[in-house]
Amino acid sequence: MRIHLNYDDFNKIVDHAKSALPEEACGLIAGRAEADEFYIEQVYPLTNIDHSSEHFSIDPREQLAAVKDMRAKGIAPLGNFHSHPETPARPSDEDIRLAQDPKALYLILSLALEEPCLRAFRIEGGKVRGIAIELEF
Amino acid sequence: MTIIVAGDKKEYAEGTTLAALIEKENIDSPQYVTVSLNDDFVESGAFADTVLKDGDNIEFLYFMGGGA
Repeated sequence: MRIHLNYDDFNKIVDHAKSALPEEACGLIAGRAEADEFYIEQVYPLTNIDHSSEHFSIDPREQLAAVKDMRAKGIAPLGNFHSHPETPARPSDEDIRLAQDPKALYLILSLALEEPCLRAFRIEGGKVRGIAIELEF
Repeated sequence: MTIIVAGDKKEYAEGTTLAALIEKENIDSPQYVTVSLNDDFVESGAFADTVLKDGDNIEFLYFMGGGA
């Protein structure tokens, strides 16, 4: 299982996360899935309506608009991303508790160190599984 | 009547409620679903009393949130 992400979309996630500091940033990812390969083709930076450095909730109105845009473009929802401004790129207890979709990809970007660190996971029944991300030009 | 469910046109009987639609569409984890009806969000407590009309557009969303 592997995620393919191009640098432009990676930078879009990083830029969104940095612009939201000190709050957490969040958004959706969409694209296509082929067997165990996931190709991210669109990143949707959305609003964290919690406006918190420790929590996030995606704005449901923006989420709805993004889902309609995905449908119009013929791409599939793949999951979401959020940032951890000061903690590592791994699911927190709250991330695990609130992960409701075992098919979703959960991307977490840590800004705790000088270099941003992006990691991906699937979460099912409280169990976390890491997924490799391949950054592509 | 014809309604649009997550982008697909579907036929349902007149008088179908949002609660019945959720059941018939086999929506996963219905306790967590957020429903928009013609772009307005419907409180979960109103699902049973919300009667759908011809042409209604329904979307199902799941809360996405977490911590750090």
